[in-house]
Amino acid sequence: MLETLSDRLQQTLRFGTGKTLTLENMDDALKDVRRALLEADVSLRVVKEFIGRVREKAEGEAVLKSVNPGQQLVKVVHDELVHLLGETYAPLNLDEGSPNIIMMFGLQGSGKTTTSGKLARRLRKAGHNPLMIAADVYRPAAVDQLVALGKQLGIDTFSIAGSTDVQQIARQGLDKAKAEGFSHVIIDTAGRLQVDTDMMAELLLLERSFKPHEKLLVIDAMTGQEAIHVAEAFNTQLSVTGMVLTKLDGDARGGAALSVVSVTGKPIKLVGLSEKMDGLQDFHPDRLAGRILGMGDVVSLVEKAQSAIDEDEAKAIEAKMRKNEFSLEDFMKMQRMLKKLGSLDQILGMLPIPGLTKEMREMVAHGGEGQLKRIEAMINSMTPEERRQPDLIKKSRAQRIARGSGTKPEDVTQFLQMFEMMRAMMGGLTRASDQAKSGDQAGAEASMNKTMHSAMGQLMGKKGKKGKKNKMKGFPGMPGMPGMPGMPGFPSLPGGGKGGGFPFK
Amino acid sequence: MFKLFNRSDSPSPSSAPSATPAQACEKPNSETLADPSAGDSSGVKGAFSGLRAALRQTRNGLLGQLKTLTADASDKPLDAEALEAFEEALIRADFGVDLAVALAEQARQKGLSARQLKPFLREELMRVLGAVSQSSRFNELSYGDDRLNIYFVVGVNGAGKTTLIGKLAHRFVGHGKRVIIAAGDTFRAAAEEQLGVWAQRAGAELVQTQTNDAAAVVYDALRLAQDGGDVAGSVVIIDTAGRLQNKFNLMEELGKMKRIIDKEAPARHVYEALLVVDATTGQNALSQAKVFAQAVNLTGVALTKLDGSAKGGIAFHIAKAHQLPVKLVGVGEQIDDLKDFDAVAFIDGLLDEEAL
Repeated sequence: MLETLSDRLQQTLRFGTGKTLTLENMDDALKDVRRALLEADVSLRVVKEFIGRVREKAEGEAVLKSVNPGQQLVKVVHDELVHLLGETYAPLNLDEGSPNIIMMFGLQGSGKTTTSGKLARRLRKAGHNPLMIAADVYRPAAVDQLVALGKQLGIDTFSIAGSTDVQQIARQGLDKAKAEGFSHVIIDTAGRLQVDTDMMAELLLLERSFKPHEKLLVIDAMTGQEAIHVAEAFNTQLSVTGMVLTKLDGDARGGAALSVVSVTGKPIKLVGLSEKMDGLQDFHPDRLAGRILGMGDVVSLVEKAQSAIDEDEAKAIEAKMRKNEFSLEDFMKMQRMLKKLGSLDQILGMLPIPGLTKEMREMVAHGGEGQLKRIEAMINSMTPEERRQPDLIKKSRAQRIARGSGTKPEDVTQFLQMFEMMRAMMGGLTRASDQAKSGDQAGAEASMNKTMHSAMGQLMGKKGKKGKKNKMKGFPGMPGMPGMPGMPGFPSLPGGGKGGGFPFK
Repeated sequence: MFKLFNRSDSPSPSSAPSATPAQACEKPNSETLADPSAGDSSGVKGAFSGLRAALRQTRNGLLGQLKTLTADASDKPLDAEALEAFEEALIRADFGVDLAVALAEQARQKGLSARQLKPFLREELMRVLGAVSQSSRFNELSYGDDRLNIYFVVGVNGAGKTTLIGKLAHRFVGHGKRVIIAAGDTFRAAAEEQLGVWAQRAGAELVQTQTNDAAAVVYDALRLAQDGGDVAGSVVIIDTAGRLQNKFNLMEELGKMKRIIDKEAPARHVYEALLVVDATTGQNALSQAKVFAQAVNLTGVALTKLDGSAKGGIAFHIAKAHQLPVKLVGVGEQIDDLKDFDAVAFIDGLLDEEAL
């Protein structure tokens, strides 16, 4: 699996010259950005220009001083991508001619014929009356394919059996459209290489003769470095009016989109998302930007986190962790902050976790949220004193809390054990992170090991003791360790230091 | 002369599943069934001139920069700038960042001078394509004239499967072989008509279905091939609908077709599952190779649309990541625009700024 840019940037910046992005470590960070873009198939030339723009933005103080420069840089990159991809956004020109002429062209296998069918269907849904013209006279059965699609969709198709005269086909098709009152014609042309001068001349002739209102270059989302040459050549010769990015329902990152937009200055107008005829949609620059960076919708999560998390409060909580004073009250505060981000299901959905299906997500989230509700009920049944000093809670208090929260006393003790372990770990991790930041690598590792060790020890020890106790007192039916799926809703801490960290890696 | 190439008894570091037992059991008799135009006296450059011409653009891209680099005749190690230019040239040709960075890094560590760069690159690329450690047969399409030969052709939408099949059928028919094409693309509109045109041009038999059951077509084709009794040297080429590799159900369907092949093929047969990859594809080709390999036990890659300005760098990336040899190369839309992949010629074509 490809690493996401965020992961990589975090690694680069974590043990760099410090926790902030500086002019010194900027180069390393931008190298990560470059690599991410190249792996997404953005053409090198475009990557270079793009990195220049990102550097300019990042060198501004906004990024340098931000609390989590890695994430902040990702956001700069993302925003810049959206900006470039969407700046020239324009819908199809649909109401200029009578009929409107739409010409489709591109490399072989890019998806012109399928897209023609989809576009016709879309136009008809919008109340228009389209006619498809089958002008791919080279590929065997290409005309049959368009005619079959037309039949399937109930849309008229014009073709001349046996003719290889593209001009004549287009001319007669257009005449038919005019005579019969079609509002749009879609001319499906043969796939061709941009360096094939004869074939390019054929398109040029069509273009000169019929002055199409839309000249759509169809580009496969899986295209590699070559995309830039394809788009450049078609645009130079035919001055395209827009592009259709196809096969976006695959798992390609689709960086070619950035290449073609940036080299032509023309917008992507539509995207193909399925083999089915309804799989043609408007283009959403933000979605594609996130996809190119392989980051799910982390950016909106970052934005949400920024608005949802109170920085002062986060700082105060962190200070407490450092001193092992983190209480159940703080825990509740943290939970409340996280809740503002959305449901667990929503948060999981925004994270780029490979292979996480909707079903799995809902299952995890469902279990997690139930767990959280019970925990909240328990904490609400505690006295303020108990919340600050959970150690006070012994058997009778646990029984009271259980009664008040509709849980079992065992659940209460179990939660408290986990909380204690978590607190120990957080203190240790915060210290380890401090040491790492001050360059004390060995110290950081030692702290980390110690933390893990003591946390585990604590858990095991408590468990052992409890087991014994149970046995002695003869508690029957002690429900072992029921499903406590980690600590849901309590992701990694604002390790970044100054508070305002983000609740994900 | 070449023998049937068995992945299972090659020293290939392949991580892919091994060949079917039927294949591994014994060596069949064999004969050369290479590109029929190979014997043409098309001048010194011979059969590969088409590919050379096709690679011109790639070379201009790849070597345009290397040429200025290699013009420096001194023995100074390349400086950072030159190494970066080297890396970028490779990236531009779709070699992939990993491979490009690794090669540039090796060049830096070895302190290579500009003059040493080309020999170094040649050797490394040969290694990547398996042309050094493997026998030259690594890249040869298997064929046995004493048994049934089954070619299972898969790939994403628009990769060029049907065209490749037409060309492949033409080649075998040209050698006097019986060729049956199974029209397994039951999904795309008019796919069967397209294949029908190619079958007719090539002089091959076409097996179609009235239903949408792709596996049934495979069954019918294999039965037809064996009904006459003697299958020695016969060829069955199976077309499949294009599918994006993340479409689970469609990949399952391929698995089903593969199981029919395993069940219905005679005990001794040649099995080649070829992934058709458009040469303009970027890094997604790696994901394609990985997922299709899991579904159908791929034995090789056919790189299509390598004419014009196509790049070929992705071949190295696939070979490196998945140990999958490129076996065929499509260089045009004509029925004989199909070449055997020759790693040495391919690399020389990339690196040789003479010629043309």
